Amino acid sequence: MKSKHIPGIHQQNQTDLPVLHSFKRRYRSPSEIGFSEWLAGLPAWVPFLVLLAAAAWPMTALAQGSNYTTGQAFEALLRWIPFLVGSGFFLTIVISFLTMLVGTVLGVFLGLGQISQNRFIAKFCWLVTQTFRNSPWLVLLFIVMLSFPFEITIGDTIIPIPDWIKAVIGLALPIMANISEIVRGAINSVPTAQWEASESLAFTRFQTLFQIILPQCIKRMIPPWMNWYAILTMATPIVSILGVEEVLNLTRQAIEAEDNHPELLVPFYSFVLVIFFIYCYPIARLTVRLERRFAVKL
Amino acid sequence: MSNTPTWTPDQPIISLKDVRKSFGDLEVLKGVSLDVMKGEVICIIGPSGSGKSTLIRCVNALNDIQAGSITVEGQEVHDPDLDKLELRKKVGMVFQQYNLFPHKTALENVMMAPLKVLKQGKADVEERAMKLLAKVRLQGKENSYPGELSGGQQQRVAIARSLAMNPDVMLFDEVTAALDPETVKEVLLTIKELAAEGMTCILVTHEMGFAREVADHIYFTDRGVIVEHGPPDTFFDAAQDPRTKEFLSQIL
Repeated sequence: MKSKHIPGIHQQNQTDLPVLHSFKRRYRSPSEIGFSEWLAGLPAWVPFLVLLAAAAWPMTALAQGSNYTTGQAFEALLRWIPFLVGSGFFLTIVISFLTMLVGTVLGVFLGLGQISQNRFIAKFCWLVTQTFRNSPWLVLLFIVMLSFPFEITIGDTIIPIPDWIKAVIGLALPIMANISEIVRGAINSVPTAQWEASESLAFTRFQTLFQIILPQCIKRMIPPWMNWYAILTMATPIVSILGVEEVLNLTRQAIEAEDNHPELLVPFYSFVLVIFFIYCYPIARLTVRLERRFAVKL
Repeated sequence: MSNTPTWTPDQPIISLKDVRKSFGDLEVLKGVSLDVMKGEVICIIGPSGSGKSTLIRCVNALNDIQAGSITVEGQEVHDPDLDKLELRKKVGMVFQQYNLFPHKTALENVMMAPLKVLKQGKADVEERAMKLLAKVRLQGKENSYPGELSGGQQQRVAIARSLAMNPDVMLFDEVTAALDPETVKEVLLTIKELAAEGMTCILVTHEMGFAREVADHIYFTDRGVIVEHGPPDTFFDAAQDPRTKEFLSQIL
């Protein structure tokens, strides 16, 4: 009996006969692809359907009894698009890039620290990882936003720290922790026999790690790493709450500048949805494809 | 090393004295002593769980020991000040599961340690690696990845990889136990040639016929002690201990 595949949901095939299933772990580790699989499973036309639905949205106009039409709302949107994309979404991408960069660099060190032979370092890195992995992102953002100075004075020069830099730091913390787990998990996925084999060939621990172990598992880290990039990009709008002028914040400001007509809401926010989709969808598809390819290869 | 021991080839190259090793409460080696002279081939046989593999893994310090002493060329292996890397350059080891590096070709597997550990020149190492692969009859497989080779071929690459370090002693830990019967022969042939060239070898094996043919001395271990040992003919034909007799009657 064939069951319909639901993206992101793994179903056993159904049968009436008693079957002994192979043991399967219920728990999905962070290195497994969840989000990207779901996103990549969506048909590409889904968000455009939303945009179409937005176009055919006369109800609010009728209810308000105003003269503002949907057509006018879309005209306003067209006027704002260059600004929303060039200024707002551009900053979103800059934030996501920088966050990923900072989070990855720190996360790699933290992950390597977790497998350190020094028990204190290992325990410390484990604790940092667990703390930031299990903290709400918004809380971390608030802490960084409010506890970091808005400018640093070195001698006579005052260096301002813009909001979005603080947002990068705040978002990089949970990313760092999750990358740390990806690194640790990937290293542990290499059989210990590989360590023994290279040890008995007189490789040092450092050489073994960087020349034998990591080259074997680096491919395995790429799909979950990209998965986290997609999750992060989708999550960046939360920094708008703290006043960072990324795409969502600017959209709200644009609507206000257009006199807050309720007819504007659906077209404008649908547009934001669509640009996020256009950006993240190919990443998700690529992630799932790489995941499949690497799963077979090694 | 502060007091470099003077070792001369007429002394045992490897010497174990009353070695004890436990994992937690479980004592695996309960006082094992044996000597290996340079150029000698010894085989360790015995039932599963008798501590054979643990024994040879202690020789290159993959496992530590709780009491006793193990010396390689006169140097104490379990001296905390010992440079383990120096020891492992002298002692090669081949594993049951080959443990080749899956992301490297056969040739790269053989070349890696001399290049990275011994820091030898690439041209030199490559020439030697090609010769070693030819020696284990794997010409033409230099650029194959381990996943593309059969078990027996992988195991021979593993042997070549160990030999590339120019070790004085080779340890073989049940190297044919994971192989298909038809590929066992080619691996045993390689080891036999190696032994004939005068390489000092310690083999843990279940291949009794091979042990009899190639070994200078057989050790039989059971429950963490050496029950009986002797030259192959005496050992197989005139075993004294009842445990040895029982084991041999089951396996032969």
